[in-house]
Amino acid sequence: MSPAQALAAAENPRDGGLAVLRERGQREVFCGLTGIVWLHRKMQDAFFLVVGSRTCAHLLQSAAGVMIFAEPRFATAIIEERDLAGLADCHAELDRVVDRLLARRPEIRTLFLVGSCPSEVIKLDLGNAAQRLGAKHLRSETSQGVRILAYSGSGIETTFTEGEDACLTTLVPEMPAEAPGAAPSLVMVGALPDIVEDQFLRLFAELGITHVGVLPSRRAGALPAVGPNTRYLLAQPFLGETARALEDRGAVRIDAPFPFGAEGTAAWLSAAAAAFGIDEMHVNRVIAPGRERAKRALERYRPVLEGKRITFLPDSQLEIPLARFLATELGMIPVEVGTPYLHRAHLAADLARLPAETRISEGQDVERQLDRVRTDRPDLTVCGLGLANPLEAEGLATKWSIELVFSPVHGFDQAGDLAELFARPLRRRDVLRI
Amino acid sequence: MQLAVWTYEGPPHVGAMRVATAMRGVHYLLHAPQGDTYADLLFTMIERRSARPPVTYTTFQARDLGKDTASLFQSAARDAVERFQPQALLVGASCTAELIQDDPAGLAANMGLSCPVIPLELPSYQRKENWGAAETFYQIVRHLADTSVRPAPREGRRPRVNLLGPAALGFRHRDDVREIRRILDLLGIDVHLVAPLGASPEDIRTIGAADFNIVLYPEIGDEAARWLDKTFAQPAIRTVPIGVGATRAFITEVAALAGVDAALALDDPTSRMPWWSRSVDSTYLTGKRVFIFGDATHAVAAARIAHEELGFTVCGLGCYNREFARDIRAAAKEYGLEPLITDDHLTVEEAIAAAVPELVLGTQMERHIAKRLGVPCAVISAPVHVQDFPARFSPQMGFEGANVIFDTWVHPLVMGLEEHLLTMFRDDFEFSDAAGPSHLHGSAPVHAPSQAKPDLVLAPAGDILIKEEAALVAASDGSVGWTDDAERELRKIPFFVRGKAKRNTEKYANEMGLAAITLDTLYEAKAHYAR
Repeated sequence: MSPAQALAAAENPRDGGLAVLRERGQREVFCGLTGIVWLHRKMQDAFFLVVGSRTCAHLLQSAAGVMIFAEPRFATAIIEERDLAGLADCHAELDRVVDRLLARRPEIRTLFLVGSCPSEVIKLDLGNAAQRLGAKHLRSETSQGVRILAYSGSGIETTFTEGEDACLTTLVPEMPAEAPGAAPSLVMVGALPDIVEDQFLRLFAELGITHVGVLPSRRAGALPAVGPNTRYLLAQPFLGETARALEDRGAVRIDAPFPFGAEGTAAWLSAAAAAFGIDEMHVNRVIAPGRERAKRALERYRPVLEGKRITFLPDSQLEIPLARFLATELGMIPVEVGTPYLHRAHLAADLARLPAETRISEGQDVERQLDRVRTDRPDLTVCGLGLANPLEAEGLATKWSIELVFSPVHGFDQAGDLAELFARPLRRRDVLRI
Repeated sequence: MQLAVWTYEGPPHVGAMRVATAMRGVHYLLHAPQGDTYADLLFTMIERRSARPPVTYTTFQARDLGKDTASLFQSAARDAVERFQPQALLVGASCTAELIQDDPAGLAANMGLSCPVIPLELPSYQRKENWGAAETFYQIVRHLADTSVRPAPREGRRPRVNLLGPAALGFRHRDDVREIRRILDLLGIDVHLVAPLGASPEDIRTIGAADFNIVLYPEIGDEAARWLDKTFAQPAIRTVPIGVGATRAFITEVAALAGVDAALALDDPTSRMPWWSRSVDSTYLTGKRVFIFGDATHAVAAARIAHEELGFTVCGLGCYNREFARDIRAAAKEYGLEPLITDDHLTVEEAIAAAVPELVLGTQMERHIAKRLGVPCAVISAPVHVQDFPARFSPQMGFEGANVIFDTWVHPLVMGLEEHLLTMFRDDFEFSDAAGPSHLHGSAPVHAPSQAKPDLVLAPAGDILIKEEAALVAASDGSVGWTDDAERELRKIPFFVRGKAKRNTEKYANEMGLAAITLDTLYEAKAHYAR
């Protein structure tokens, strides 16, 4: 064992009884740039310009199968040899690229300059560039103006979904301040597919929560207001920095398990309702139909999934709440639940519901973790695309984790779809006679 | 800075991965941040490889910078050698590690590792994937080839060759190797080794034992072949056997160099492409305008096949790899074309739209461009897609490769007899040309919004018609208007040539400075543009 690993592999005694295996080594995960793939679909008038290398461009097209898009609202400004000669030239080049881009895409209202590993290492200050360029492309008589923001999706700082966290964090200061003495409002935080977002907004309305905003909003101009009368509810478990930024503006977090399955979604909605002082009887009446539908949908999958052992390799930080869902609502047995980063406060409700014997690991040393998978031989391993076929070839059933990020899986009416994602690989092994 | 939405080639370290993954007994230690592991999925998903690429990523983070990235590299090197026990270790840096200048070569050299270490210097901000693959293969050969190994005396044995260039994630490399082996076997020639695909460091050590080399993919194999020629006086065959003519030339050259009878392989009864092309159904292929874009080797080969073996007219020719631009320039000159050398797919799209081809031969990107333009397309070159790894045997090289190419290129076109029938019965109410050609699925076009997801460009064939109908109503540029009778006549023209007829007529009317397009203008233009 190398010194770095020895340092990291020890269990941290400060976790209040929660034993977490921390590892440091090769990580088989995407970097934060990958979030652009769903963020650009969500924010329909935003463009994401990665300032990086050919590798960044190649990652985006490989991770997203991007060639299917006609002209996606993202691109890479590829740093070349001559850009490395001097930072002044690099900024001039960036200005040129941005001018050309905005001239070509006049419908863009928000431009994100997205930092990458190379731009971070050469200390290209994109925050500064965003200010400079933002001043240049201000709203004027001839143009509606473009808001230019910067965040880093680099692999040296962010893992996969942390890219969304970084992106949303830059949006928080752009949110308008709520009026003094404003009525209590709710902000739902985290990019969700539109259909799921709309389901939740309908439920909040039925519950009687009247002032509801979402971050990110579909249009740049529709950012919700924030202030001390704002309560925010996380829809995704990977938004630590966004949460901190919201709290800096006075907003208060509603503690809840994440909205997966019948029980997770019910608890999540109930927590929001409680924060707004809504009568419990009314809450139960509103959520009962959806909860019952979700339960019925899940019952179909119980025979396939109950008693099956599952391991999650670290990927999106959705691992803990998904393991909670599979354990408490479908009777699966989590063996190891790996996550790239464990936010204990945000995940407290889900962690408390996990079976006590679950092995929780944070970070990754992929070779050692695969050794554990081979020893544990779980019935299903949730992992990235780079590992899935090799594990299948070793006789281990797998589920691609990326589908859990790209598909609508939150809420009552997606509970069955979420279970189906885990059941399908197992069912397939049963039906094949080849 | 170059603004890129999509790139034809990855960074050079991905080229190195293609070589390492193709080989046996090699491990690649890549100094890289987390996230660069995405490249693994190219191999496990696109190529469906059942093992991970033999690559260890050091995975440094921001907090390591300026502190212990070098020790991280060394501990990763020790772990990788201990766990994987490679016969040779490649070490190098990805784009980010190149900037922090840790010198992987020097670090690894001082560690006293138990296997040979091959340092790779792949400048990420200048070079690309193919160059990275060629350089990696060259370094491997240079470091591992035993210069004392020479061919055994020629008497009493069959000639021996090396096949150079096939790699992981190559366009049909697996099947090309099988077809070339078959041809060499007919000629009575032994294959000493195939490299990098399937070769081990020990195999590479003996590379000098072959009488000569065959460079199947110059983009990857030529650098090493030149060094082998210089060092071992091993001559190289550089004719790439894609197409019937090139395969015959290849066989003749190989036979001459090996001192065997070329006839053993030339008269191959499985070579069906020449007759398929001469048969009457293929008459309609004559003069079809084809636009070709890909890597230089495949593009040049495709142009020759299109021109000489199928009777197409090459209306555009280009490549994305500048290193081989000279080959494209020479070929383009032959066809009287301006070569298109670019790695900007938007430029390629403009060039294709301007050339108004009837068939596009390109990469996966051109396939999407062609789909948008409503033009048939076949894929001839990397970058690869999961579709480019068919389960069946489907080479590009040799006589079987030519058979495959005939089918792949001709099937997207309207078949000869069908084209004839469409023209004959186009006014028949039961044979409305709106029905579209039977071979493009979506038999009856649904004149309703497409069921495809909005972000997919995979429009059903019917959409092409809808677009064209819409375009017919409003004259596209608005420059010259159509009279009613001219427009009625235009609708009688079969749909698959209607767009071209319309464009040509409008162009003609513009050039002539006409105020309106009449029936006469339509036929004047037809005469003007007649082949």
